[in-house]
Amino acid sequence: MDMTTPLVEMREISIAFGGIKAVDHASVDLHAGEVVGLLGHNGAGKSTLIKILSGAYHADAGEIRIAGKPVSISSPRDAKRHGIETIYQTLALADNVDAAANIFLGRELLTSWGTLDDSAMEAETRKVMGRLNPHFRRFKEPVKALSGGQRQSVAIARAIYFNARVLIMDEPTAALGPAETKQVADLILELKKQGIGIFLISHDLHDVFDLADRVSVMKNGKVVGTAHVRDVTQDEVLGMIISGKCPPGAVAGPGALRS
Amino acid sequence: MTESVPAPATPSQDAKSFADHLRAIEFDARMVGMIAALAVIWLGFNWLSGGAFLTPRNLWNLSVQTASVAVMACGMVLVIVTRNIDLSVGSMLGFVGMVTGLVQAQLLPGLLGFEHPATWLLSIAAAVALGGLIGLFQGALIAYLAIPSFIVTLGGLLVWRGGAWWVTQGQTIAPMDSRFRPLGGGIEGAIGTTASWAIGLIICALIIAGIAFARRRRKRYGFALRPLWAEIVLAALACGTVLGAVMIANAYALPAGVARRLTEAKGGTWPEGGLIIGHGLAVPVLLALAVGVAMSFLARRLRFGRYVFSIGGNPEAAQLSGVNTRKVLMLVYGLMGMLVGIAACISTARLNAATNSAGQLDELYVIAAAVIGGTSLAGGIGTIAGAMLGALVMQSLQSGMVLIGVDTPLQNIVVGIVLVLAVWLDGLYRKRLG
Ligand SMILES: Nc1ncnc2c1ncn2[C@@H]1O[C@H](COP(=O)(O)OP(=O)(O)O)[C@@H](O)[C@H]1O
Ligand SMILES: [Mg+2]
Repeated sequence: MDMTTPLVEMREISIAFGGIKAVDHASVDLHAGEVVGLLGHNGAGKSTLIKILSGAYHADAGEIRIAGKPVSISSPRDAKRHGIETIYQTLALADNVDAAANIFLGRELLTSWGTLDDSAMEAETRKVMGRLNPHFRRFKEPVKALSGGQRQSVAIARAIYFNARVLIMDEPTAALGPAETKQVADLILELKKQGIGIFLISHDLHDVFDLADRVSVMKNGKVVGTAHVRDVTQDEVLGMIISGKCPPGAVAGPGALRS
Repeated sequence: MTESVPAPATPSQDAKSFADHLRAIEFDARMVGMIAALAVIWLGFNWLSGGAFLTPRNLWNLSVQTASVAVMACGMVLVIVTRNIDLSVGSMLGFVGMVTGLVQAQLLPGLLGFEHPATWLLSIAAAVALGGLIGLFQGALIAYLAIPSFIVTLGGLLVWRGGAWWVTQGQTIAPMDSRFRPLGGGIEGAIGTTASWAIGLIICALIIAGIAFARRRRKRYGFALRPLWAEIVLAALACGTVLGAVMIANAYALPAGVARRLTEAKGGTWPEGGLIIGHGLAVPVLLALAVGVAMSFLARRLRFGRYVFSIGGNPEAAQLSGVNTRKVLMLVYGLMGMLVGIAACISTARLNAATNSAGQLDELYVIAAAVIGGTSLAGGIGTIAGAMLGALVMQSLQSGMVLIGVDTPLQNIVVGIVLVLAVWLDGLYRKRLG
């Protein structure tokens, strides 16, 4: 799989916020049909790195390639145009409008008169939510009124509805109970089968080990190392996260502890 | 988690609670509450004034006096929904009014001649364009330079009021063009009884068509429909209100002298006992209603409105979804400015003069109207119809107090207390409904 051109390559990406290097020369890549787990402590720079890919932030330095071609992603719209969809850690939902309005926000379905086609959007929402959360009924209510799990379903629905090529999931199961976490895991495997590349960010090592093909570990904005899950043990990855020590099964990055 | 409990395949009809029924007919409790509050105010003043409030004459004047603030309140809803404020609308009205007066009384007569048939239209266009430009400018400062809207528009409040004086060094411009004056209401701004009935019937037809159209759409997608009786009651109430308003406006008789002139101008003869000719609806009221309908359409049916509300709900989410939040915010202020332009025409025409003090304190009435009408200062929530009703509530309070002889300082005290009370009650209501 590694021999083909990666679907996404982020090379030597750096960004600083007021002197703090949130991401420092980080490189990660992702192939079609692959799940790459992005691991690291809180504040390691995971969310910031993927927000550069999803167009929320603009990198100070570095290069992004999609299917081998360098691209410039300067807004969320650019990212979506390249088929990159994101489920943000904060969910990024407008609380005051309903599920359909959130799912289609920025990409509304219009009638031939150019007005919002709310009925069509509601119908599509019923379809995609039926797949994610079959018992969901509250289509007419602002998402503020929904439970944490339901809100998460709406955020996921928004990302998968538009036929993404690359899906970024930033802590997608943070607000979910065990049954729903299982549902999301099944969904990830199904999307993977469809050939979608997925960046899965989590602080839960077990989740990631079950679902990911490879893991990249970040610490203090730097990549400690990247490894196939079959080449490393969970304890070794835990060591990467905590101390930055790169095991022999992993390819060391700039953040690896030098011994 | 509630959604993990499987819902019964077919919810039994009799298990439905009262609340479910209310939801099924999309009962809008806030709106009904406001209408009830308005009814209490009207009946109260009518009682206190010994029946002088609920007369065609008073209600007609009330509707005309509400128009200018109601027009601006429509824009203020969108501004507040985006979590911003516009304190400059009153001063802008003064400035735009002065420039419009100048254009109409000096510039256009010089170019086209006195009382040219196009003068009124060009004046309105100038007012709307100038208001829009000022709004866009303030909006750009807020959206692109990230200066807080409170500060930008507080500055605007001072700048445009000063500007209004500079236009003519404080001199009042009068009179206005005769074709422009109907915008302010008055006798020349009443469209007559026949035209009022025609407009009333057209509005009723549109209401019924709108309800039927929405129902057909929902049916096509197989969504739950409102019970037919609820649709019919709703349509009947709406049409009844429209036709009732026409009846009241038509019942307000023109002064005998004017009625006589009108009859004779049409080639009729003035009978011995005189004739009763009604005013009919007023032009500024129709203008305000048209603005309200257009703004509601924009807020609820167009992409732009959807963006405005989503920005108010979560600006970051809107931006991450690809909405150009800065541009939308700037355009909201541009729109607010255009509505100030329209309001400036209405008040200039009503006074039949452009004065640099026009619109003083209007910003407070406009904000109060929006907030009483259910617009949340926290952003994301508000309706155009609510704000227009809010404007009517404010104006009813003021007119009512004038009618029963409350002196000005006490009027202000009452309006201030009512504003605070209304927002408090609204907050309680919101908390209970979650
Ligand atoms: N918008 C921002 N402004 C300033 N600092 C930020 C911003 N976003 C992230 N940071 C900082 O960057 C670092 C990485 O944060 P983040 O990417 O959220 O970490 P993670 O997702 O791995 O928990 C943290 O130190 C955080 O405080
Ligand atoms: Mg994070």
